[in-house]
Amino acid sequence: MRRYLLRKLLVYGLTFFVAVTVNWMIPRFMPGDPVSSMIARASVAQPEAVEAMRAHYNSLFGFDRPVFEQYVNFWIALLRGDLGISIWLFPTPVWDVIVRAVPYTIALLLPAILLSWIAGNWFGAFAARRRWLDNTMLPVGYILTATPYMWLAILMAWGLGVVAGIFPVAGGYSFELQPSWSWEFIGDLALHWFLPFASLFIVAFGGWAIGMRNMIIYELEADYANYLAALGAPARLIRRYAFRNAMLPQITGLALQLGTLVAGALVTEVVFSYPGLGHLILKAIQNQDFFLLQGTFLFIVIGVLIANFLIDIVYTVVDPRTRMGLGGAA
Amino acid sequence: MTLRVTDLKVYYKTLRGEVKALDGVTFELGDAEILGLAGESGCGKSTLGKALIRMDGRMRLRGGGVELDGERLPIDDDAAMNRYRYHRISLIPQYSMSALNPTRRIGRMIRELVESRGVRYADVEEELLRRLKLVGLDPDVLSRYPIELSGGMKQRTVMVISTLLNPSLLIADEVTSALDVSTQKAVAKALAGFRDRGFVKSMIFVTHDISLTYQIADTIMVMYAGKLVEKASASAIVSKPRHPYTQALINSLPEVGVRYTDRRLSGIPGAPPSLLKPPAGCRFRDRCPKAFARCAAEEPPVTEVASGHFVACWKG
Repeated sequence: MRRYLLRKLLVYGLTFFVAVTVNWMIPRFMPGDPVSSMIARASVAQPEAVEAMRAHYNSLFGFDRPVFEQYVNFWIALLRGDLGISIWLFPTPVWDVIVRAVPYTIALLLPAILLSWIAGNWFGAFAARRRWLDNTMLPVGYILTATPYMWLAILMAWGLGVVAGIFPVAGGYSFELQPSWSWEFIGDLALHWFLPFASLFIVAFGGWAIGMRNMIIYELEADYANYLAALGAPARLIRRYAFRNAMLPQITGLALQLGTLVAGALVTEVVFSYPGLGHLILKAIQNQDFFLLQGTFLFIVIGVLIANFLIDIVYTVVDPRTRMGLGGAA
Repeated sequence: MTLRVTDLKVYYKTLRGEVKALDGVTFELGDAEILGLAGESGCGKSTLGKALIRMDGRMRLRGGGVELDGERLPIDDDAAMNRYRYHRISLIPQYSMSALNPTRRIGRMIRELVESRGVRYADVEEELLRRLKLVGLDPDVLSRYPIELSGGMKQRTVMVISTLLNPSLLIADEVTSALDVSTQKAVAKALAGFRDRGFVKSMIFVTHDISLTYQIADTIMVMYAGKLVEKASASAIVSKPRHPYTQALINSLPEVGVRYTDRRLSGIPGAPPSLLKPPAGCRFRDRCPKAFARCAAEEPPVTEVASGHFVACWKG
């Protein structure tokens, strides 16, 4: 077990290094120059002042150094916990910008991923043994998973937000409110949270339900289920076994989904102007904010790696067959 | 008399009509008797085995009945049959290698199974350990997962599980077909041992391997195209077969000490008839060397030609 964990940690460490390096490179491949746009924002007319500002910003952000030195400095700063200064929200440190956004993303993603997974699996298993439900659920499930997410999100924002007027369509909370621990603010927060959450939930729910339904039907046809039935074991026991075994691929699916849902959240936060990490990515790209982009990517990488690591551990607990293979070739 | 099967007809529902897989079979199985059920693929032997414990969704009872220890079995009522399963009738399946839930420790699975059948695990635990030891398994298989056992170990574990509640009738469905020849005999002997010790009252040993059946069965019943062809003591079937089909089956077996460079092993030419619309008369007549006019016109009845020797042939 310890060897297994050590090897996993090594793989995750390597992945982290490569991912962060790529994240550092990506913004620098973008066309355009952040310093020029900062100067343009300041709208200074004299050429000498412009030159002085350019030199100041370039040395401040370290752009006057050779690229390799910039890269090494980036790692040194990163290891000290310094993510740099945001260009878009100059001179706020990137760390502060991200810390403000992270709670929104986590509050949106974690419930959406986990609840849709739990509810979808439960519902799929439930539908697998009722013919009428199966016949109606299956087409609806396929439609939901095949729906382009953005289209569904826009439809919901338009239908429930603009036309019905039940939910607000933009922002994390109303502009007229100040963040506080009052019931009014929390209620407002929940109202803004609902549509982005529901759109993520619905799309993922259909996929989980279909996957679980198919797996359960497969497991109920398996030899061990037939054997138990021949020995008169109650359907309850057989279904319990089938459910547990059908969960295994779903757990793997959850791990894979965690990575893609981060990208999904980007679209959600853009459609609903929700102030999370996805929203920051958009703003960072629009403003050529290298440091903010690096920082948000860093958080996403860490999130995906932690999620995968947790799933790895869960998997060895629930499936004895993976435990047997721990000593084998990785 | 443990089991009495009377004119049992079980058909398969298919899109093209009903396949008469088991078409009027009558036989009896005595206490402590091992009946070897032999025949080629599609003769109805597995259908008979399944019909006695659990019909699958496509099987339909179309006549006849089954009595176990003098009690009529509701074989076409899945829910009502549950009372008899495991306690009175049990099964060792063809797929013993995959019959155990891969994600449960074997001991826990057995506990959950017996307790779901209204038996306290503590009451059978001692006997379970004794029987595991008897088939050469260490008690610690109970704390292992099926993946940690070899194929032979899984087979023996399933044998012990299936017979744990001392059923009146055990159906062993092609239990040896997935094993290599050296273990086949050991498994067959172990099953006969179970009968000798009274773990099971009687047994139906379904197989296509007559030579293996001969080693453990008291009686052998040969089936062809859904019908009983011949039933007699094992020695009579092997040494004095009366039905041309049984004779052909026995002739197609290799014999010890005979060199087959001189005489080629004979097979049985032809194939069994379709059971969607089986032909009138004797179903074997197209492949039978002794067939004559009457075989096409009338179906030969099962007659007792000698004590305990039943044959369905006009020339038997």
